[in-house]
Amino acid sequence: MTLTFIIDALVTVIGITTPILLAASGELVVEKSGVINLGVEGMMLVGTIAGFAVTFETGNPWLGILVATLAGATAATIFAVLVLSLGANQVATGLALTIFGIGLSSLIGSNYVGIAIDPVESPFPDALANDSFWRVIFGHSPFVYFAIVLVLAIGWFINKTRAGLVLRAVGENDLSAHSIGYPVIAIRYAAVAFGGAIAGIAGADFSMVISPLWAEQMTAGRGWIALALVVFAGWRAGRLLAGAYFFGVLMALELYAKASGHAIFPSQFWAAMPYLIAVIVLALISSRDGKDGKAPACLGKPFIPNG
Amino acid sequence: MSVAPRLELIDVSKRFPGVLANDRVSLSVKPGEIHALLGENGAGKSTLVKMIYGIQAPDSGSILWEGQEVRIAHPRAARRLGVGMVFQHFSLFEAMDVLENIALGLDGSVSRKQLDAEIRLVMEKYGLKLDPRRQISTLSVGERQRIEIVRALLLNPRLLIMDEPTSVLTPQEVEDLFKTLRRLASEGCSILYISHKLHEIVELCERATILRGGKVVATCDPRQETARSMGEMMIGSDLRDPARGQVSVEGPVRLSVRDLSLPKPDDFGVALEQISFQVKGGEIFGIAGVAGNGQNELLEALCGEHLADLHTVIEVDGAPVGRSGPSGRRKHGLCSVPEERNGHAAIGAFSLSDNAILTARSRMGFENQGFIRKAGADEFAADVIKTFAVKTLGPDALAGSLSGGNLQKYVMGREIMQSPGVLVVSQPTWGVDAGSAAFIHQALIDLAAQGSAIVVISQDLDELLRLCDRLSVINLGKLSTPRPVGDVSVQELGLLMGGSHGASVHDAGGIHAA
Repeated sequence: MTLTFIIDALVTVIGITTPILLAASGELVVEKSGVINLGVEGMMLVGTIAGFAVTFETGNPWLGILVATLAGATAATIFAVLVLSLGANQVATGLALTIFGIGLSSLIGSNYVGIAIDPVESPFPDALANDSFWRVIFGHSPFVYFAIVLVLAIGWFINKTRAGLVLRAVGENDLSAHSIGYPVIAIRYAAVAFGGAIAGIAGADFSMVISPLWAEQMTAGRGWIALALVVFAGWRAGRLLAGAYFFGVLMALELYAKASGHAIFPSQFWAAMPYLIAVIVLALISSRDGKDGKAPACLGKPFIPNG
Repeated sequence: MSVAPRLELIDVSKRFPGVLANDRVSLSVKPGEIHALLGENGAGKSTLVKMIYGIQAPDSGSILWEGQEVRIAHPRAARRLGVGMVFQHFSLFEAMDVLENIALGLDGSVSRKQLDAEIRLVMEKYGLKLDPRRQISTLSVGERQRIEIVRALLLNPRLLIMDEPTSVLTPQEVEDLFKTLRRLASEGCSILYISHKLHEIVELCERATILRGGKVVATCDPRQETARSMGEMMIGSDLRDPARGQVSVEGPVRLSVRDLSLPKPDDFGVALEQISFQVKGGEIFGIAGVAGNGQNELLEALCGEHLADLHTVIEVDGAPVGRSGPSGRRKHGLCSVPEERNGHAAIGAFSLSDNAILTARSRMGFENQGFIRKAGADEFAADVIKTFAVKTLGPDALAGSLSGGNLQKYVMGREIMQSPGVLVVSQPTWGVDAGSAAFIHQALIDLAAQGSAIVVISQDLDELLRLCDRLSVINLGKLSTPRPVGDVSVQELGLLMGGSHGASVHDAGGIHAA
């Protein structure tokens, strides 16, 4: 009973954490390049409908995931054209992208409301995936394993590879990177498109695994938690992984409180917790003003070459 | 001798909207030569080197590298040819360590360990001291420049471009730099040395190309010239020394500071400790020091951006102003010009006239019960522009559209023409061409002659020695005992300035006031 409960809890936490972890990993790369894209929620929603619709129409979930990835990247590229090539304000454009994503996904999704698809299942053999104990490790969708590998790979990329060093350089001081001879705008385009692609996958995780149907605004603000998580993690991949699961626990408590009605505090309290904790932690980090947890110096600033 | 020049430019022109930045410039640099590129701000030096380094492309003309015509499309191509560049504004990344910064300037990929070894080798060879593992934000300006130099040297350059390298260094650091450059040149590396510090060029360079208004106006051997004669070629007219009339500092004390202490404003700032000094009417008081030793903090404390604590006494003409902000202090006659002209002294996106309102509104009466008298401000701005020979379209031009030197003349003029009782200025001629610098110096001297007390905070010792009656040195937030200028040598000042952050200072000297 207790063991089953713990395993159930862990499986729930891991499942609901994954889209946040994915979206935040993508946004981490974007922000490391010095661009802040507040459109994560919108790009995720575009991913939810793209993944769902293609999977439903073709019956091929892998094609669904691919199209969700491309849809997220396309939405991000629109954002990139506006802020990188046309110099639009990043914050305003990012918010607009979210609103655009909500509207577009609702428009396309209106034909798909109330339909269900088969959820994408664990890539491991049933014996392991359905085992009452081992499912805690092997019983997840491919998204879960992909997210963990991705965030570790991003951490390695940013800190250990030359391309990652160049990415950080562009986010740290775009003018210097330009004068040394790095293509600042091209690198930022690539980073933004990558972030969008991953946000699209995060969206597909919602509509293809977590609740394998489509509903308007089904991401329910998780894109914003992903954005907060990047800051919360101090722009570091390792802390991003830990922070994502921490938020996951709080979100699971919300679900538990809702379902059981006795989790010390009402479910609304647990629903507010991730945001509350993010604010408190951010305040602590900024008052400590230590070296760690510093934002990329050029974050959100448009690049204007000086010759 | 039929050795092809390392670099030759033939009739290179570059036009920007509205200006011909380089007009058929020709120049040649021999192997192993230290060649000076001399000119006022806006003469086209930066544009020219940007074309050599591949940041910009010439509109016409040709660039020859060792006799072969080349097209340098981007900095990578320049580096491949063997051109290294040390920028005036360092292209460094604050949050990264020295190694990462150097790796970014290299085109190939090398492991950290291997790079570390290579860096140590180059540093040993050229006597450069640097810890490859330190984070940039903890380094002094001189150390930052060494990173740029090491970065360039790792590529075994055959032409090294140095853009105004000494503007931020102590005399000792300048001497170390010159040793490194001479060593490089003796090994066959050509050096293109951009500066407007004439005595340095006389000391270091074998040939000089002088630009004015985008054109080459002269080529000479600096060793056969004097600083003065080259200066005249550069500005195209006689260079006037600032005329310091009868120095009589017997006026009343106009600015008095006692026990000024302030905690660090942030991680990268410096705490001020127990600063006390007095300045009399008619006196120019200089504060020397290496950048980042509390100059900005001191300026902000004096002009009122940071209020003094209750134990500190800051008096202007006997009136306590320590607890007043900048506007309150201006009413008492204390005006100031901070170091950063665009963004601190002036708002780039505002017109010159609006910028005049910002600091001169109460002293010049542009404000009447909260309403602005625009006509008065326009008139005042026009007056500043005329008196200080600011090159601009007029009071409605945006401050950000002015070149550095012109904006500096404008902000200096804006304060000086309010006839302040006390004027505090920081780096009054930083990055300003020789003609404008002489003009600003003269204006400061004239203001002092009218009985104002002036504080000049500067890293340029020549400037302070020429201008000031008394000098102090600020080091780590502490001020040395003021000394009359006649009593103190450059070497002593260099020692007080703390040398190059722990590097040896025994070989001070060689730099003399021009």
